[in-house]
Amino acid sequence: MRGNLLDITKLKVVFYTYRGVIKALNGVELWMNRGERLGIVGETGCGKSVTALSIMGLVEQPGEIVEGKIAFEDKILTSMNGDALNKIRGNDLAMIFQEPVAALNPVMRIGFQIAESISRNKKKNEIKQVYPEVRRMLELVGLDWKRTIDLYPHELSGGMAQRAMIAMALSSKPKLLIADEPTSALDVTIQAQILELLDELVKKFGNAVILITHDMGVAAEFCDKIAVMYAGNMVEYANTTDIFENPIHPYTRGLLRAVPKIGRTDELESIPGVVPDLVDPPPGCRFHPRCKYAMDACKEKFPSLLEVGPEHYVACHLYLKEEMKNAN
Amino acid sequence: MSEVKGVAQKGRFKLFLERRKPIIEDWKHTFYLWKSTTLAMVGTVIIFVFFGIAIFAPLLTSYDPIAQDLDNRLLPPSSQHLFGTDQYGRDVFSRVIYGSRVELWIIFIVSIISVGIGTLVGIIAGYFGGAVDEVLMRITDMFLAFPRLVLAMAFTASLGPNLTNTIIAISFVDWTVYARLARAEAIKVKSQPYIEAIRGLGAKNTRIMAFHVLPMSISPVIVQLTLRMGTIILTAAGLGFLGLGAQPPIPEWGAIVSDGRSYLVQQWWITTFPGLAIAIVVLGFNLLGDGIRDILDPRLRR
Amino acid sequence: MKLGTYIVKRLFLMIIVMFGVATIVFFITHVIPADPVGAILGGNAPIELVDQMRHQLGLDKSIPLQFINYMEGIVHGDFGVSLKTNRSVLKDIIDFFPATIELAIVSMIFATIVGVVLGILSAVYRNKVIDHFSRVFSILGVSMPVFWLGLLLLLLFYYRLGWLPGGGRNSLFIFPPHITGLVLLDSVIAGDWTSFWDGLRHIILPAFVLGYASAASIARIMRASMLDVLRQDFIRTAKSKGLSKRVVIYRHAVKNALIPVVTIIGLSFGSLLSGAVLTETIFSWPGLGRYIVNALLVLDYPAVTGGTLFIAFIYSLANLIVDISYAVLDPRMRV
Repeated sequence: MRGNLLDITKLKVVFYTYRGVIKALNGVELWMNRGERLGIVGETGCGKSVTALSIMGLVEQPGEIVEGKIAFEDKILTSMNGDALNKIRGNDLAMIFQEPVAALNPVMRIGFQIAESISRNKKKNEIKQVYPEVRRMLELVGLDWKRTIDLYPHELSGGMAQRAMIAMALSSKPKLLIADEPTSALDVTIQAQILELLDELVKKFGNAVILITHDMGVAAEFCDKIAVMYAGNMVEYANTTDIFENPIHPYTRGLLRAVPKIGRTDELESIPGVVPDLVDPPPGCRFHPRCKYAMDACKEKFPSLLEVGPEHYVACHLYLKEEMKNAN
Repeated sequence: MSEVKGVAQKGRFKLFLERRKPIIEDWKHTFYLWKSTTLAMVGTVIIFVFFGIAIFAPLLTSYDPIAQDLDNRLLPPSSQHLFGTDQYGRDVFSRVIYGSRVELWIIFIVSIISVGIGTLVGIIAGYFGGAVDEVLMRITDMFLAFPRLVLAMAFTASLGPNLTNTIIAISFVDWTVYARLARAEAIKVKSQPYIEAIRGLGAKNTRIMAFHVLPMSISPVIVQLTLRMGTIILTAAGLGFLGLGAQPPIPEWGAIVSDGRSYLVQQWWITTFPGLAIAIVVLGFNLLGDGIRDILDPRLRR
Repeated sequence: MKLGTYIVKRLFLMIIVMFGVATIVFFITHVIPADPVGAILGGNAPIELVDQMRHQLGLDKSIPLQFINYMEGIVHGDFGVSLKTNRSVLKDIIDFFPATIELAIVSMIFATIVGVVLGILSAVYRNKVIDHFSRVFSILGVSMPVFWLGLLLLLLFYYRLGWLPGGGRNSLFIFPPHITGLVLLDSVIAGDWTSFWDGLRHIILPAFVLGYASAASIARIMRASMLDVLRQDFIRTAKSKGLSKRVVIYRHAVKNALIPVVTIIGLSFGSLLSGAVLTETIFSWPGLGRYIVNALLVLDYPAVTGGTLFIAFIYSLANLIVDISYAVLDPRMRV
């Protein structure tokens, strides 16, 4: 195993639709250690969320994991059945979502939904017994439990609902928390508060986090490591500092040039072209139609993942060629 | 010269196609969904067969559906009389075949009247809003406060039970459905900026309603109409069965079922076949309607 | 809006609607018929008899005056005297109504249970055998004419097999206790199991025939609603918490999916009252539906007026209850 908590190899996921088969994940490689904070960044539709759902075992019809392996500690999640997976989900794995209000059951009180995450498949009256713990969790995420425990989700603001979601996710003391765009649907001021809260709680609980975001700034602030995804592939993976100071993949560079910054004088650039249609993706490296360095090799074969520095991995023919040149 | 023109036209045609790509794509998708919903296809076939039978009725049977033949009363089904004969010696098959014309006529006229009244009321209510809307919608509510069949029954009985009054009664009960739909659409359309623009250009209300609001409101109404055609037949047949609809000797299917009621035990065929005809045609409309609804469901379209 | 304000507002609206309903019924029974007396007595009736009849029906007065008298009567619960039974229409309604409501309730219970269960199974086991079965069951249910199904079942279970009685509410020599007028309930209260069993045997066929279409539409809506709910974000959350499939479906999905179904149950009640007219006619069920049909066939206008108004009132009341329970069920409505 490349990481002692999670190791994903050659993960392929497809979705069957009327337009044809969407090749959503095209052999994703990803790994992480206990207690690490990993950011997954990329444009909408690059497969960030599908990767997360695959880890949770929540890829459902019309989607399917067709190839690959997800190892979590000593367990192979991809070969587990529903019951066994249920024991891991919500115990070792937890997830929070982009739209916190929609992610909570509209006809159940907040307190009950959190309690359920602690005592899970027990009967209703047994679930009520864990309410002291629910109160503690609500206080921990900065909500007044007396006011919120008996509310329904629509009575909460987006920020409060996301706090409740965090309380719910962390109440089972997971080893890995997956946060899928947890702040994208919130106001900017609330975004910062939620990130701060997550930061504080993760320090306290010591769990690993996968933060999925399209915002490089958020990733830079929060994560130890960053994985860049493009059109169903992980294209670059490194420490946060390496990604920002020494990006190698043309796509990563493009992404960083598109980030506005105070004091930045050079012009903002956008990456030309659009994200490919994954029903009929370009052959070889899926980025090549938008890449100004594209070579013949890029159109034929997907580049394998190479370690280019200490814990810095990239999947790009350009780098392979330079390697070769240097060797010569 | 003509060649050059041909090329230019072809180019223009391509451009035309290019511009309409989303629309064409949408139609392809619709067709795909229709093909993939087998049941909708079955429904379509049933309805076409129903139309065909109604149109070609005289070619399908040689017996008069109304003339009595007391020598051949209550004969069981045979090669001579496919569905047997009734208590007046009439060929039940022939009555069922000609009955399709009666049902089709009812559906046709009821559709025209109820859609006409419904869209008119709905568009006026939705377009003007305010007090007009409030009054018209409360009136609609009043009609909706009756169970449909009960109101239709009371109407036909008062007007005098016959085929024409059955049609009037069902239309009177059914228009509310379209009124509500058309109103909702009219409200949506009226708030569009282009309506504002047209009004700014000095268009009159009647003109806006007739040429802009009506065309936009009519398509959901038409969809609803296909969904309701089965119900129209069921109501008409129910009235006929109770003796409050089409009167003998008109071969209305519900009335034929009623004819056979007293002979149910020994001469089951008189009741069974016309009822089966109702069930199959209504099934056809329901399958088709379901298919249309599924195809238009935005959730399926993702 | 507070639940209380909501109810008051709905009650107020209902009064307005009932006023309109009464006006529509007035038109049907007093304005449209060109010559009701002629229709009732036949063309050759002696003139004194016609005049007496016109006077009895109040037709010798002007239409506005008739309307005022009519409305006054309704407000006092006086619908006049039935021409056929020569009894107060209100008394008739009170006698006939329990049979209808009993039939409607039993059908509704049957329809709701069967519909909801089939709908859930259908959605959870989508495209499996049970789903196909349920969809065929549903589409047949909304396509078959009630009266035809009733006749065929009567032919099979009564005439051919002899398993079930052929009509009526109870057998000839069984006299159920009379407390509320609902045979099944009264028998239970009185502990009279013979008449309970007898009543049950009599109600099975009509309740099934009447409830089938409603069961079918409830199953269809429940299925669609379940499928819709199962796609929602909060279901994904529930699964991510490690809840078992059972808990996700029954605790999280079903309650949400039931919300739109409540509306359909209410609407079904209307088609149930419509269907009751036909079912009661076929099964000689002594209820209000059959009462109205018989009144219509002989143009017994006071009875028609009373019966129709009463049915419309019950229907509106049912819709009101549905709307209120909707508000109770869905906390989002209570804001």
